[in-house]
Amino acid sequence: MTHIKTDRTSGGIAVLTLDHANSSTNLISPEWAVEFSDALDGLFADDAVKGIVITSAKDGFMAGADLDFMSRAFTTKEALEFSRSVSNAFRRLETGGKPVAAVLVGAALGGGFELALACHRRFFSDDPAVQFGLPEVNVGLLPGAGGTQRLQRLLGAEKALDLLLGGRSMTAAEAVELGIGETPAPGVTPLEAAFAWLASGPEPLQPWDRKGNMARHKLGLLDHSNAALFSMMTAKVAARTHHNYPAQPAILSAVFEGMQLHFDKALEVESKYFARLLSGDVAQNIVRTVFVNRRRAQNLAARPKGVAKMSFGKIGILGAGMMGAGIAYSAARAGSKVVLIDRNEDAANAGKEHVRGLLDKLVQRDRTSNEEAAAILDRILPTTDYTSLQGANLVVEAVFEDSAVKADVIKVAAAQLSAEAVFASNTSTLPITGLAENSTRPERFIGLHFFSPVERMPLVEMIIGKRTSQETIAHAMDFVGHLRKLPILVKDSRGFYTSRVFLSYVNEGVAMLDEGIPAALIENAARFAGMPTGPLAVTDEVSLDLPVMIAQQAKADLGENYREPCGYGVMTRMISEFDRHGRKYGAGFYEYGSGGKRLWPELASHFPSDSRYPSSQEIGERLLHVQALEAVRCVEEGVIEDPRDADLGSIFGIGFPTYTGGTLSYVDTVGIGKFVERCEALEKAVGERFKASDWLKQRAAEGLSFHG
Amino acid sequence: MAEALIFDHVRTPRGKGRDDGALREIAAVQLTAQTLGNLAERNKLDTGLLDDVVLGCVQTTGEQGGNIARAAVLEAGYSQSVGGQQVHRFCASGLDAINIAAAQIGSDGADAVVAGGVESMSRIFLGADSGAWTSDPSVAYNTYFAPQGIGADLIATLDNYSREDIDAYALLSQKRAAHAWQSGYFSNSIAPVRDVLGEIILDTDEHMRPDVTAEQLAGLPAAFEALGNKGGFDGVALQKYPEVEAIRHVHTAGSSSGIVDGAAAMLIGNKSFAASAGLKARARIRSFASIGSEPTIMLTAPAAVAEKALRRAGMAVSDIDLFEINEAFASVVMRFTNALQLDMEKVNVNGGAIAMGHPLGATGAMIAGTVLDELERRDLHTALVTLCAGNGLGTATIIERI
Repeated sequence: MTHIKTDRTSGGIAVLTLDHANSSTNLISPEWAVEFSDALDGLFADDAVKGIVITSAKDGFMAGADLDFMSRAFTTKEALEFSRSVSNAFRRLETGGKPVAAVLVGAALGGGFELALACHRRFFSDDPAVQFGLPEVNVGLLPGAGGTQRLQRLLGAEKALDLLLGGRSMTAAEAVELGIGETPAPGVTPLEAAFAWLASGPEPLQPWDRKGNMARHKLGLLDHSNAALFSMMTAKVAARTHHNYPAQPAILSAVFEGMQLHFDKALEVESKYFARLLSGDVAQNIVRTVFVNRRRAQNLAARPKGVAKMSFGKIGILGAGMMGAGIAYSAARAGSKVVLIDRNEDAANAGKEHVRGLLDKLVQRDRTSNEEAAAILDRILPTTDYTSLQGANLVVEAVFEDSAVKADVIKVAAAQLSAEAVFASNTSTLPITGLAENSTRPERFIGLHFFSPVERMPLVEMIIGKRTSQETIAHAMDFVGHLRKLPILVKDSRGFYTSRVFLSYVNEGVAMLDEGIPAALIENAARFAGMPTGPLAVTDEVSLDLPVMIAQQAKADLGENYREPCGYGVMTRMISEFDRHGRKYGAGFYEYGSGGKRLWPELASHFPSDSRYPSSQEIGERLLHVQALEAVRCVEEGVIEDPRDADLGSIFGIGFPTYTGGTLSYVDTVGIGKFVERCEALEKAVGERFKASDWLKQRAAEGLSFHG
Repeated sequence: MAEALIFDHVRTPRGKGRDDGALREIAAVQLTAQTLGNLAERNKLDTGLLDDVVLGCVQTTGEQGGNIARAAVLEAGYSQSVGGQQVHRFCASGLDAINIAAAQIGSDGADAVVAGGVESMSRIFLGADSGAWTSDPSVAYNTYFAPQGIGADLIATLDNYSREDIDAYALLSQKRAAHAWQSGYFSNSIAPVRDVLGEIILDTDEHMRPDVTAEQLAGLPAAFEALGNKGGFDGVALQKYPEVEAIRHVHTAGSSSGIVDGAAAMLIGNKSFAASAGLKARARIRSFASIGSEPTIMLTAPAAVAEKALRRAGMAVSDIDLFEINEAFASVVMRFTNALQLDMEKVNVNGGAIAMGHPLGATGAMIAGTVLDELERRDLHTALVTLCAGNGLGTATIIERI
């Protein structure tokens, strides 16, 4: 056996220990399922074995399915077979005629928790490391090894649905309270408690296998509480996911249908729903981007090889505003000493106070101790003195977005730094290659575009200037890894990657107003397509001045090659004619009152609606297409080299919907040929911004998808 | 085709559908049996002449389940040769019972049928029968199910009816119903309900608030706001109506139909029945129709189904003297009236379910009878009766005095 060890004790109790040979956590794969079944065969055939303990040699019990395995394409049949193979093995475990106790250490998640639920009893200690849950919904799946059926039979449908749809983890204490398992008395280990229970000769029968456990008059909708529960839960799911995430309704149906069936049929129905999800686009897109490719990027897979790792005992940050303070917070939490510089003491101190506020919230939420928070805060030195930067391995500038201001601080700071130190600029718009010229070592200069609020947004767009060296990329990436953030690599060019895609969305949505599409429809269609915020609302958030300023800068820089963005006219009208600049001015596309915000009622008279406008689906599709097409152009122009980075940047930077797997996964899912056709139709209908390039058409002709 | 003729109708008074409602102690089958008994008695009817009893009933579960029509036929002492069937088209069931009776007669499948309906909402709570539509997650999800109140408020939002407009209609319903009762317009068709001792337990509509004021109505809380916001149903409905920024919740308990108990029965037959029973027909059924419409907003079928019934009768809106549109919610009546460009003086002239209540399965038969009485009182000729119904259904019937 490779991943499973079995030991027989003198008391007739066998211990089955999960110990994955080539992973630090126990994972489920088809290979594992076969091995697990074989192990059971051996134990059930052995008359000397009176009871079985299942436990783990790792820090955790089991993490669930191997997502590398899950990330490949499945046919429905393959997916069904995989689900059945594991589900059947777990079913055999509980019906084999021998009592089985799970002794749970650390986390039992997904398939690991499903295995625990198939045991007759569960023992664990009241330890903070203990954590149970069924997070499958977060990957676009449902628990396909009995989880939806056993959990609802243990807890009732309502509590089970809360865990299944929420995908959240629970603590040992919560599990005990729910009746999922037990923590032994003080001085007794979970293993000892399991042995004692098995020694008492318990009946190896699950509650759901007892005769008469299903009262016919309580089945399904015959129990009125179920009717109300499923009606309400369905509405909540539909309202929250806008019909974009099939896992949620599949979970509802698996629970609803399964509750009316005897157990073996219920498992079969669950497997079918699982197979539908695993073989569908959404789960494959989410697993690929949100798990496999994110983990890959977080493990710095794109880091240039052969460069010694840099450490960050001391770093510097120029500019103690929201962004600077946010970066300081992240770096100090990661253990770095941070020199936080601003023009005057007050500004620098305010930055540190901002960090204190963030830490106070962590303490309030029990996420860290008072001592730890104080230690983090102590690592931040607010100052105006650039000589304090000496000895720092890396400096991030996050000063006002103005070339002259930035040039100034770059020159002053660079004078204090060693030749090896990395200089990073947190600009979101200014070309890195140009800024680098202010440094004496442009090869050590790079862009690190953080997102606001830094403490919550994981993405860092790394902007590679013309002269940025491979060593600098490697070291800057070390820094991103040090902060436990998610790096993507982007070549220096106007708008980089995420800003370009974001602006394409904003402009397209705003332009629709001029086409006579009602504002509410634009906003709803965007949200129903999966965007977190409608284009008008998000423009209000960043202020209408920002896209206008960016366009004017582009005009100044590009001259003849400048193309006016499609939303420009509406935005300048809003600003100059109606004096509505956005949220922080209290007036934009929305009006802001004490009761919340609502669309400015006069929009309808200044931008009158056409009586014939496209459907919500068409508008939503257009808003996703325009962003995906911009991402495609970034690949064509070499701004983005790795399509995986385009996906990650769109989801984690600007809220492109998760179900798509990101901008380029979206193109693949639509089908590159169909995508081009739709762009051509949109080009005819709304303008040349939808023009598909020859490069893209060629790709479509060859059927060349972005993710192979 | 034989003509379906209307000879008579009766209804119970409507009791509050609550634990302290006057009819709470009367089972639905007894409400029905008393109504059937009253209809037979006042027409000195040999019930052996009847072919069938068709009864609308919506919460067909528990004591209202298992074909309550046949149980009521026997309980009422009708001839055992009379059939019995239960009809379910949600709120339009009582009117569909009439239409099914008309169809049986029109196709020469029957000579005489009693059609009507019953609902005891105090005994069988609203939603007791659930069903795939509202509660099977697959169906509810795929069809964007939202409860009726959300649809009512959505209509008000789409049509720009203010809270004041809605309350004003509710007040009108109360005043009209109060006036009609005071003037005795209903008295000929009310069959008082008796208890087990034979004593009258209710002889007037119990739900009405004849003295209600505009101020009192304005003070009522919006009834469907929590369901829409916290319950998520607004979010579901907006996915079907994405041009709406937010649903304005304007309906209250005061501008929605009342939850009540009641039963109704109408005697319908052909000419040969008229001769054999020695009865004179009061009206004929000119046409009827049913449709399905967009299910999420749910309540907008009446205008379309009314037009369909008019087409089938070869009539125009202007040919109709009086309209009865069930007052499920104020906005339903207002949209219907606007869509057909009707004079409000021809619509629900004696009030409706907002004032008097809506015993789900019975209402269609009740308002068909009410409007016949009113045609006679005013000496007018034609009326159109319609109801919106669950899941986007709608039914209409046109009657004409003889």
